[in-house]
Amino acid sequence: MTLLETHNINTYYGESHILRDIDLSVQHGEMVCLIGRNGVGKTTFLKSLIGLLEPRSGDIYLEGNSLNRMQPHQRARAGIGYVPQGREIIPYLTVEENLLLGMEALKGGLTAHRKIDSFIFDIFPVLRKFLARKGGDLSGGQQQQLAIARALLGSPKLLLLDEPTEGIQPNIVQDIESAVRRIINEKGIGVLLVEQHLHFVRQADRYYAMQRGGIVATGRTSDLSQVVVDKFLSV
Amino acid sequence: MQLILESLFNGVAIGSVLLIAALGLAIVFGLMGVINLAHGELMMLGAYSTYITQLIFKLPILMPFYNAYVIVAIAVAFLVSGVVGILLERSVIRRLYGNPLETLLATWGVSLILQQFVRSVPLAYGAGLIIALLLGLLLPIVLSKEFISNRYDRFIKLGSWSIATLIGVLTASGLSSSISKIGRASARNVDVTAPSWMRGGIDLWGITFPVTRLVIIVITLISVLSVTWFLNRSVWGIRIRAVTQNRSMSDCLGISTETVDILTFGIGSGLAGVAGVAVSLLGSVGPNVGGSYIVGCFMVVVLGGVGNLIGTVIASFSIGILTDLIGAGRLLTIWPDMPGPLASTVDFFATTSMARVLIFALIVIFLQFRPAGLFPQKGRMVEA
Ligand SMILES: Nc1ncnc2c1ncn2[C@@H]1O[C@H](COP(=O)(O)OP(=O)(O)OP(=O)(O)O)[C@@H](O)[C@H]1O
Ligand SMILES: [Mg+2]
Repeated sequence: MTLLETHNINTYYGESHILRDIDLSVQHGEMVCLIGRNGVGKTTFLKSLIGLLEPRSGDIYLEGNSLNRMQPHQRARAGIGYVPQGREIIPYLTVEENLLLGMEALKGGLTAHRKIDSFIFDIFPVLRKFLARKGGDLSGGQQQQLAIARALLGSPKLLLLDEPTEGIQPNIVQDIESAVRRIINEKGIGVLLVEQHLHFVRQADRYYAMQRGGIVATGRTSDLSQVVVDKFLSV
Repeated sequence: MQLILESLFNGVAIGSVLLIAALGLAIVFGLMGVINLAHGELMMLGAYSTYITQLIFKLPILMPFYNAYVIVAIAVAFLVSGVVGILLERSVIRRLYGNPLETLLATWGVSLILQQFVRSVPLAYGAGLIIALLLGLLLPIVLSKEFISNRYDRFIKLGSWSIATLIGVLTASGLSSSISKIGRASARNVDVTAPSWMRGGIDLWGITFPVTRLVIIVITLISVLSVTWFLNRSVWGIRIRAVTQNRSMSDCLGISTETVDILTFGIGSGLAGVAGVAVSLLGSVGPNVGGSYIVGCFMVVVLGGVGNLIGTVIASFSIGILTDLIGAGRLLTIWPDMPGPLASTVDFFATTSMARVLIFALIVIFLQFRPAGLFPQKGRMVEA
C-alpha cells in the first residue's frame, strides 16, 4: 500500500494561490526529494501535509486513511514526523525534554514512554553530551540533529524533512545525510525531503520538481539531468 | 526594630495573596497571551467559596470537623474558580484568540457579570450551579474511560448532564433551606470567621504574629512549591511549557494544544481561587473584593516578568511590603521625628488607595529604566 498519497492539493495564503493541484506519492522505505527554487511552495506543501495549513481542496492519504480533517497532533500520532525548516526547537526546554516531547506521538504519549531510545545517541552522539543544556543554546547544526532525533523518537512511518542542511557546515551535512540513509535502511520508513544540496538530492530514489506551486517534472534521481538540476536547484 | 519586623511580616502576608493570584495570571498570560481581567472575580469566587464552605461546616453533621474547614475550602475554591475559568476559556476567550484588545474587553465584561451574579443570585443557587457544571464536565471524561467505546458517547454526555443538573438543583434547594443566610440574594459584604485555632497570635521576640497571616504564608508556600513542581517535573508541565514557547511545533509533535489550554486555564484560575481563600481570611468578602487586588496582580506580573518565578516572588513581596509601609503610615511610627514637610507627605499617602497610586507611579518610573522588569530573560533565544 502506498505510504503517502496526495491528490490535487490546492493551498492558499489568504487570497494568494500557492499550491496548484499537487499529486505526489511516497512508498514505504522510499526516499523522495522535492526540489525547486526559493519561494515556489515547498514548505507550504509540507505544512499542508502535517496540517499547519489547510488546503482549500484536495486529499491526503496516509496508508490509505484520509488525513483531511485531522489536526497536526492527530497527524503526528497517525505516523508523520515533521522536521521543519528553521528546526523549531523548544528554546527554554532542555535537550532531554525536547527529545522526550518527540515521544508524544507514540501511543499513550509521554505518560507511557519515559525512556529515550539510545539508538538516537548512536546516530547523533553529540546529543548525549548536551542532554541537560537548553535547546535554544545549541548551535544550528546541533539543533538540526536534535530536531531529526526528536521526530524519530515518535517512530514515524513518514518523515518530512524541510531543508535539513540549510546553513550547516559541510561535515555536519555529511553526518545528517548518512543518518537519514541509515534510518531508512534500518527502520524502513518513508522520507519526503526538501533539499538544495545536489549531493543529498542524489541519495533519494525519486524526485519531484516544483515551479510556481505546481509539479513540473518527476522521475528517478538516477535520471536527473544537468538541465533539470540547473533549472530547479539554486546552486 | 520590632516595628520593622512587624511591618515586614504584614507586607509578606499581603504579598502572599498577590503572589498566588499573580502566579495564576502569569501562567495563563504566558501560555495564551491572554490578559484575563476577570481574574480578580475568580478570586472573589474563591473567597465566597470559603464562606459557603465555612457555613456548611457549621451544619450539625460536620460541626466536629469545623476546625478543618479551611483546608477543605482551599480545595473547593480551587475547583470552583478552576471550573468557572475553564468555562470562560471555552465559551469566550477561545473565540477571541489572537485579538488581545477584544479579549480584554470581553473578560472585563465577564468580570462585571460575575460581580452582578453574586449580588443578585442566592449563593446557594450559585453553589448548585457550579456543582452541576463540575459534574457535567467531569462525568463524561470519567465514564468514557470506563466504557472506552465511543458509540455511547452521546448518551453518556446526555446522561451525565441530566444527573449533574438533578444533583445541582438538589444541592441548591438543600443548601438554601438548611442555611438561611445563603438562601436569599444579598449585595452586602460577608465575613468569614476563622476557626478558633487560627485566632490570636504567636509571640516571638516580643512580636505577635497573627496565626491567620502565618496560615496564609504557609498556603502560599505550598501553592508556589506545588506549581513549580508541576510545571518543571510533571509530564503535563513539560507539555504546558512546550506549548507556551512554541504552540504550532508542539502541535506537530503530537501534543493536543486544546487540552493543554483547558488544563492551564483551569490551574491559573484555580490559583485565583486559592488566593481568594487568603483574601477571605484577611478581611470581609464582597462582590468588589477582586477589583482591589487585580491591579496589584498586574503590577506584580509586569514588574516580575512573565514566566519568571523568582521575579514574581520578589515583586509581590516588595509590593506587599510597600503597600503596608506606605498605606498604614508605618513610616511615621518607625521614624517619629521625621522633618515636617516629609511627615505630611507620608501622611498624605497613608491610605490604602493613595498607597496604591504611589506604588503604581513608582513602578512606572522603574519600568522607564528597566522596561523588561526586574529580571529580563537572557540568552541566545532572546535575540533570535
Ligand atoms: N505566512 C505567509 N503568508 C503569505 N504568504 C506566504 C507565507 N509564507 C509563505 N508565503 C509565500 O508563499 C510562497 C511559497 O513559500 P514557501 O515558504 O512554501 O517557499 P519554499 O519553496 O519553501 O521556499 P524556500 O526554499 O525559500 O524555503 C512564497 O511566495 C511566499 O512568499
Ligand atoms: Mg521552505
